[in-house]
Amino acid sequence: MTASATARQEVGSLDTIVDVEGVVRTYGEIRALDGVDLCFEPGIIYGLLGPNGAGKTTLIRVLATLLRPQAGSVRVAGIDVLAEPTRARARLGLAGQFAAVDEYLTGRENVEMVGRLYGLPQTEARRRAHDVLERIGLTEDATRRVGTYSGGMRRRLDLAASLVGRPQVMFLDEPTTGIDPRNRLELWHLIEELVATGTTVLLTTQHLEEADRLADRIGVIDRGVIVEEGTADELKDAVGGAVLELTVAAELLPRARQVIGEVTSEEVAELDGRRLRVAARAGSRTLTEVVRVLDGAAIEVDDIGLYKPSLDDVFLALTGQPTAPADAQGPEEDGQPGVSGTASPRTGRRAARRSR
Amino acid sequence: MATTNTSMPVHDAPLREKATLTSTVVDSWVITKRNLYRNVRLPQLLLFSTVQPIMFLLLFTYVFGGAIGRSLPSAAGGEYINWLMPGLLVQISVFGAGQTAIGLTDDLAKGVIDRFRSLPMARSAVLAGRTFADLARNAAVLTLMLTVGFAIGFRYQTSFWAFVAGVLLALAFSYSLSWVMAVIGLYVKNPEATQSAVFLPVFPLVFASSVFVPTETMPDWLRTFADNQPITTVTNALRALMLGEGALLEGQDLTTQLLISLAWIVGITLVFSLLAIRAYRRAVD
Repeated sequence: MTASATARQEVGSLDTIVDVEGVVRTYGEIRALDGVDLCFEPGIIYGLLGPNGAGKTTLIRVLATLLRPQAGSVRVAGIDVLAEPTRARARLGLAGQFAAVDEYLTGRENVEMVGRLYGLPQTEARRRAHDVLERIGLTEDATRRVGTYSGGMRRRLDLAASLVGRPQVMFLDEPTTGIDPRNRLELWHLIEELVATGTTVLLTTQHLEEADRLADRIGVIDRGVIVEEGTADELKDAVGGAVLELTVAAELLPRARQVIGEVTSEEVAELDGRRLRVAARAGSRTLTEVVRVLDGAAIEVDDIGLYKPSLDDVFLALTGQPTAPADAQGPEEDGQPGVSGTASPRTGRRAARRSR
Repeated sequence: MATTNTSMPVHDAPLREKATLTSTVVDSWVITKRNLYRNVRLPQLLLFSTVQPIMFLLLFTYVFGGAIGRSLPSAAGGEYINWLMPGLLVQISVFGAGQTAIGLTDDLAKGVIDRFRSLPMARSAVLAGRTFADLARNAAVLTLMLTVGFAIGFRYQTSFWAFVAGVLLALAFSYSLSWVMAVIGLYVKNPEATQSAVFLPVFPLVFASSVFVPTETMPDWLRTFADNQPITTVTNALRALMLGEGALLEGQDLTTQLLISLAWIVGITLVFSLLAIRAYRRAVD
């Protein structure tokens, strides 16, 4: 049984942990949220994916009771956030885009303080702070001032500080933006552990890799509206089936194009001087057929691969915008042609997580 | 499968459902403590908030003391420092209140206020904790100033309890100004801009007052303003408490100055705490 399924059992009584209907929030002329509907069950990681300015942060702020919408209803953990914000706050945790930790307090003092503000008695706050720090591997640094922490440590502390209140749902606004790949991996593990222990997570991200790896369900948000929703695979399927890409010598390109067009009865697109792309409706059978006819025509193939559309393609198709620049999130692994794969590297990694 | 993880059971402690009087007091104390840590542990802040007032004390005493000393009322006992000390206590209280604005904008910029607002804590605790911590810091700075002041010759000319009452009055005044500064900080929001914004009203008000010199030498229009603004009134009340009524101008007396001062303090606190709470709500929306 997966961790998510277990968690769903534990939380039990609630069908939906987040239930947002028709939420509108404007800033003057700008409609930051333009009728958002969002609803999901406890025990999962929900990934909210969208370009800059899509409304991700605004939605998180509405959910975390920081911002009142002009219209719509918001329920978190079964509580009407607009009517009873304090009750909702007792059940939610927030980690924003910046590590909101006090530099002049120690790690332990930071976590303890948040515990006190969740309404815990001193001794309980201390006990839980100890547990939380152990979980995030900061026990050794607990008595040091946060001012001496690295960026990654601060992020972990920021994320973990809310755990002291044992929230049913955590809202994480771009939790890994601006941190290096190693620390990103650590944060990902932390988020996965969080869900394994029964906390629901809603995270926003501009990075497809993150959504693909972490999220059980993804909502694509653009111009204040959720434009599409589903699992990563569902979203990819919605955009179209698999694509075959191959590279041949430039002088062989026109012939290769003709031959492939005949065998697949599809339009063959030329990507640059040496690469071709064609829809592979029959998946790997298309691949086999193409290889066979090219072999028959004595056209040597330098590189060939079958790709499922990446979330990048999904994103582009839905929002008309390319995703965040690659440099912000480390090397992009997507779209690198390779001879072996019948699926993108991401899909493989995702499968690995599922089977754990 | 209900107990997959024993170290983190899901919500077993009673949850806070709403803010009560007790929880408000506890939260305010938690925030006060947090802000005080900052004062103690941020070396630059500690240094500048203590060195600056002492620098003022020494500079004014030794640079202006000789020139001004001659024209002082006899209640000053012929020493400029006796005249200066009550004024400086007020001036430092005013400057110290500026820290309220700076601290709040700092928290806003760093997202700390967002975190606080997402927690089931009392809303008022953030502002209460901030102003209480600044009051405590001001008390520490005034104590230090007085210590140096006594060392270089300051002597109150009345009774010990009148002197203590004067110090308490300065602290109450600084507390009321903390709310003014909170409003400035919450509207300006940017920490750097706030640094300048708080001193803009503070400088003319401090200099156009009886803090450093008697107001009787000022041109009429300025004197009218100076005599009726709160910094002068509080300074006068402090002087009357520490040096006796002889330190006041003709037609002024302790009771009146004290009552007007208290009226200012209560009025400023009431008006600006309401404005600050409103600004706090708006600042984060």
